[in-house]
Amino acid sequence: MRRVVITGAGTLNPLGADVPQTFAAMQQGTCAIGLLTCRDVDRLSIQIGAEIRGFAPQDHFARNTLSLLDRFTQIALIAARQAMAQSGLEIDEALGPRAGVILGTAGGGNTTVDDNYHTVYAEGKNRVHPFVVPRLMHNAAASHVSIEFGLKGPGYTVSTACASANHAMGQAFHMVRGGGADVMLTGGSEAMLCFGGIKAWEGLRVMSRDTCRPFSRDRSGMVQGEGGAVFVFEDYDHARARGAEILAEVAGFGMSSDAGDIVMPDRDGPVRAMRAALADAKLAPDKVDYVNAHGTGTAANDRIEAEALHLCLGADAGVVPVSSSKSMHGHLIGGTSAVELLACLMALREGVIAPTVNYTEPDPEIALDVVPNTARQARVDVAMSNAFAFGGLNAVLVLKRAP
Amino acid sequence: MGLDVMQDNDFIAERVTAIIADQALMDPSDITRDSRLADLGIDSLGLVECIFGIEEAFGVSVPFNANTPEQPGFDISSVGAIIAEVEKLVARQAA
Repeated sequence: MRRVVITGAGTLNPLGADVPQTFAAMQQGTCAIGLLTCRDVDRLSIQIGAEIRGFAPQDHFARNTLSLLDRFTQIALIAARQAMAQSGLEIDEALGPRAGVILGTAGGGNTTVDDNYHTVYAEGKNRVHPFVVPRLMHNAAASHVSIEFGLKGPGYTVSTACASANHAMGQAFHMVRGGGADVMLTGGSEAMLCFGGIKAWEGLRVMSRDTCRPFSRDRSGMVQGEGGAVFVFEDYDHARARGAEILAEVAGFGMSSDAGDIVMPDRDGPVRAMRAALADAKLAPDKVDYVNAHGTGTAANDRIEAEALHLCLGADAGVVPVSSSKSMHGHLIGGTSAVELLACLMALREGVIAPTVNYTEPDPEIALDVVPNTARQARVDVAMSNAFAFGGLNAVLVLKRAP
Repeated sequence: MGLDVMQDNDFIAERVTAIIADQALMDPSDITRDSRLADLGIDSLGLVECIFGIEEAFGVSVPFNANTPEQPGFDISSVGAIIAEVEKLVARQAA
């Protein structure tokens, strides 16, 4: 089977408008959580989130194009442009049909839905913009990426709640490894920080009102963010033949379903996904140097993820650095594992492990080295990235240092 | 006045019990003030739905976060405890 490498990375997320800015913010332990600025915020009981600040869509897109692009699509396109630029790929007539895109999103054009429901229900208007459907559809981001870069091979969207981007990247990995494509753009994006998006999450009573402090004894729930990241996954031989810089190798992917509860986390499902990913990568658990945790900051997730890590990693579980970068960029729902893969890239390439910020006190039920508050230098050859979604759908990626 | 409060509280107890019974798929008469939600088969999702039902029924806002098991702001240790908390919320709203 073919080997798969990453030759480009791009992002727009609350920590930065590109990969270098995001790495710098992660290394400084920046927390991008602040007061929300959406419509009717005074009617929300949860008024915090990690927004992308200072983003001016009109600087990136022509006005007549912008009317087709929901925010989650804008984010994906900007990230894809950066990733493509870094990869140096030219999609010509020969490569076009061998190149594709698989992106993850949980809510798709949530902001478009929210805006237009407001228009027809709250404002009582009987007419909406003609492009509501092409804006809101979950595949809008993947389609626009294919259009912009001429990716004429496989293209689709994966929607598995908080694991969407990891499932998407796993599929892209399989696609390249199995020979279905030579190049895949993949990752995910989410833009749900609108009134309706937050209001829906409020109902579940799992959101924090102060901040996101994963693994800390006094953790008070999750905090939503927005943004995404896109990577270029490429056949290793293809990348080497054209002399591309290789950022990392995608070594393995594992997935599983809890087949249990629709929202309560499970221990067995994540254990099976992590074991499957490591087996796929042909790596023993003791080879893992860093884990980017799902680490939502809810009482249940963090405790059960810690148990799962102990079952998967055995004696090493208390020693391997495990951090949740959600403490800095928030929970980007369907796009979150794409931004979290950046933390894995940073660990592999720069030898810096992103911290778990806002950490105040150890939880006796969580025996992990969570890299509290301050980034740490370490040599990392293997990094694992966890995503465990509502609905009990788990997806785990394993990256290795560039060959 | 005192009688009114008692009647109000009877009403509150009845409504809260009905909401919990509905969630537990039980007859309200089978639920006592000592009943604990877990013993009634109500899990964390069921609890969140009960809280929602209470907020809708009484027009109150219940300070409840599923991440703080001890629930310092709202005692959920038994049906009776929940009724007492709702009585306080309703009284505070009327004041």
